Amino acid sequence: MGSPEARMHVETLAPGAAVIAISGDVTSACEQALMSAHEEASDTGATLIVLDFTDMAYMNSGGIGMLVTLLVRSQRRRQRIAAVGLTSHYRQIFELTRLDEAIALFDDMSAVLESAR
Amino acid sequence: MSEQPERDAANWASKVERLHVTEDLRRHGYNVEGRRVAGPQQGFGRLWQRTSMARLGEAVTPEALVADWRANFGSYWPSTAHFHGGIGGIQPGDVTPLTAGPMTTGILVLYADETSFTFLTPEGHMFAGMITFSASIVDGGTCARIDILLRMADPLVEAAWPVVHPAEDRFWAGTLRNLAAAHGVSRVRVEQTTTLVDGRRLWRNWGNVFHNAAIHSAWHAVSTPVRERRRPR
Repeated sequence: MGSPEARMHVETLAPGAAVIAISGDVTSACEQALMSAHEEASDTGATLIVLDFTDMAYMNSGGIGMLVTLLVRSQRRRQRIAAVGLTSHYRQIFELTRLDEAIALFDDMSAVLESAR
Repeated sequence: MSEQPERDAANWASKVERLHVTEDLRRHGYNVEGRRVAGPQQGFGRLWQRTSMARLGEAVTPEALVADWRANFGSYWPSTAHFHGGIGGIQPGDVTPLTAGPMTTGILVLYADETSFTFLTPEGHMFAGMITFSASIVDGGTCARIDILLRMADPLVEAAWPVVHPAEDRFWAGTLRNLAAAHGVSRVRVEQTTTLVDGRRLWRNWGNVFHNAAIHSAWHAVSTPVRERRRPR
């Protein structure tokens, strides 16, 4: 398919909050990259992890399964997970799979920060 | 935020709040109709990642294998269970009842493409999880895989895990052997792994027991004579 490999970039959003910016194709093949990014974000002491899907090109069902695993890891560390930048298509998939019951969906970063206050 | 159609839009089921079976499958769909999906986060028991894998060599390409698997999915199941799928094969959004022993439940086809397809379980199913069937090239040959991410749905079936686990292993190994045999590969070796992802039980979901398909199936069976009598002639 010639698909772009997923890339993860971690940065601090605010004290106690870190962003994992995800670009490229999200499939089960990028599990190691996402888990490493989660480790990096956790090392900052973040209790809120924001997944930024703005530059995500594509996600398959393997990617959804990977997010379930990430959720488990986060819950063990008592972290909350939020997501921003989902298109309406992927937002509907989060709703269909009921991932939105565990991952709070926001339109943009300012809405995330507002909710964290 | 782009609102152009994504390249994979046709691969995913459309969003639904509740599952509905088509009229021709209604007879077997009584434990699926009106139910919501229940993924791993909605289950009760420990979270397991289970994989069954068979190497078919150069007998078939991944694309041809998955096309056949989607078209004839139920025919590769061992005789202990029946998949009540329609003639169109596996398509995203399909809601299909299945019968395993005395229990009837079903699945939603969440995703399907040329090399994989994924089911999501409904409330009441023994598992709360996702199951992905796929094929890919591994070491120069085609490898068929079944990946299951699941929690047992309620405390009753969680207690039955020691019995369910080996039975499931036999079932999916049998499925892969049947699939391989259909493509001319006999006596294929099936490799299986089970990994504990999360040892916690989600006690907030204990009430799933009220949806338990085995209990509802038993009730459906004993109440059949009454329903038949009330049916307008």
